[in-house]
Amino acid sequence: MKDLQDAAATTNSLSFEDALTELEATVRQLEEGNLPLTEAIALYERGTKLAQQCNALLDGAQLQIEQLTLVNGQQQRGFFFADEQS
Amino acid sequence: MKTWTVGALTRLIQELLESDPQLGDVWLSGELSNVSRSSAGHLYFTLKDTTAAIRCVMWRTSVEKVTWAPTQGTAALAHGRISVYPAQGNYQLVVDQLRPAGLGDLYTRFEQLREQLKAEGLFDDARKRQLPEFPRVLGIVTSPQAAALRDVLNVIRRRYPLVRIRLAPTLVQGATAPPQIVAALQAIDSDDEVDVILVVRGGGSLEELWAFNDEQVARAIVACRHPVVVGVGHETDFTIADFVADVRAPTPSAAAELAVPDQAELRQGVKLRVRQMEQALYRRLSLARQTTEHQLHALLRLSPQARIDARRQQVDELSQRAGRCLEHALMLHRSQLAGLQARLEALSPLAVLERGYAIVKQQGTGVIVRQVEQVDPGDRLSIRVQDGEFGATVRSGS
Repeated sequence: MKDLQDAAATTNSLSFEDALTELEATVRQLEEGNLPLTEAIALYERGTKLAQQCNALLDGAQLQIEQLTLVNGQQQRGFFFADEQS
Repeated sequence: MKTWTVGALTRLIQELLESDPQLGDVWLSGELSNVSRSSAGHLYFTLKDTTAAIRCVMWRTSVEKVTWAPTQGTAALAHGRISVYPAQGNYQLVVDQLRPAGLGDLYTRFEQLREQLKAEGLFDDARKRQLPEFPRVLGIVTSPQAAALRDVLNVIRRRYPLVRIRLAPTLVQGATAPPQIVAALQAIDSDDEVDVILVVRGGGSLEELWAFNDEQVARAIVACRHPVVVGVGHETDFTIADFVADVRAPTPSAAAELAVPDQAELRQGVKLRVRQMEQALYRRLSLARQTTEHQLHALLRLSPQARIDARRQQVDELSQRAGRCLEHALMLHRSQLAGLQARLEALSPLAVLERGYAIVKQQGTGVIVRQVEQVDPGDRLSIRVQDGEFGATVRSGS
């Protein structure tokens, strides 16, 4: 039943790595093939969501660049303004 | 007078020059000019001084070992052998080692430092750490104005824009560069979010790349908690930083490629996983269908209908058997009856009558006359014979 609950849980907050890792685990679990049918279907749905999350993360990614600077001996992060879309 | 052919004379000159032991092992110092690299990777140049010039060629396999960029006007020290190139009618030095003569001092220091750090085990593969497969934050140590940074950012934007970049700016050449690089490395390495550090600088002359041969820079790279990728200069440039790096990249762009995965491959991987899931689910569904069919058959086998059918057959069989028994009993009774009848017949008085006896009864009373004194003359009697009765009258008594 835990898997079923997991399947219903949202994938939106997962990082790419976590989503991909869980997707791989889901595939393995499905391929072992000893699952009750309802659980297998729930896992499949979960896996589909994970795959969508992976693609969505890649689609929506915008490279974030910060620059470290020392201000009065303190390390600070600021945006990087150099010509980056050349 | 002997007349030579061009080829024959060339062969003689070639033999003379190439068999000379002194010309076969030459250290030649001079200024580099006409430096050009062929598409095959061979290096052609001329070494000259104020009075003369000698053409030189360096084959690709030797060029690969050159750890600096030979440029026009540099004083250089070359080692090689003199050979003749018959097609052009000239001789040349085939160079196997090329050092910057003007930097002889630097070169010696480079070699010494390399030997020392190597002896300390800082170049050992066992020391080198693996890069994370999916870095979240990438620290970059370089000059913010450098083309190398733009190259790196372009590669990362294309391959894996999910990673966050944290730039530690520093000078990458000049006397103040090494302490700045060390400070930048320490700053970026102290950031716990950083997964991997890139140290990059574009191509340049040996002097321009020299900051990356600094001992403090090398030790700062070794001291990093996070794995460090070094991509300095061109493919042929080797610096001390390259040797101590966890991963050495031939160029800044290559460093970026080594540091992050490629989203095209990742998307392919996700696609493949989805297909695997579909196949697994399909298999699971057809298994369920099979199981259902199997159970249905089992159920049909266990159904009461089968038992009813079986009972019906049993009844059928029993009733047939009962019928047969009944018939048998009837026959038995019939034959018993026939036997009894026969015996009965044998006992019948009629059978006696048939043999000629008669039964005499007193007419009226019907009493059977068994003794003479039962009758008197004049009594009327009834006589029963085999086929009927007739009357009679007694004439005389006893």
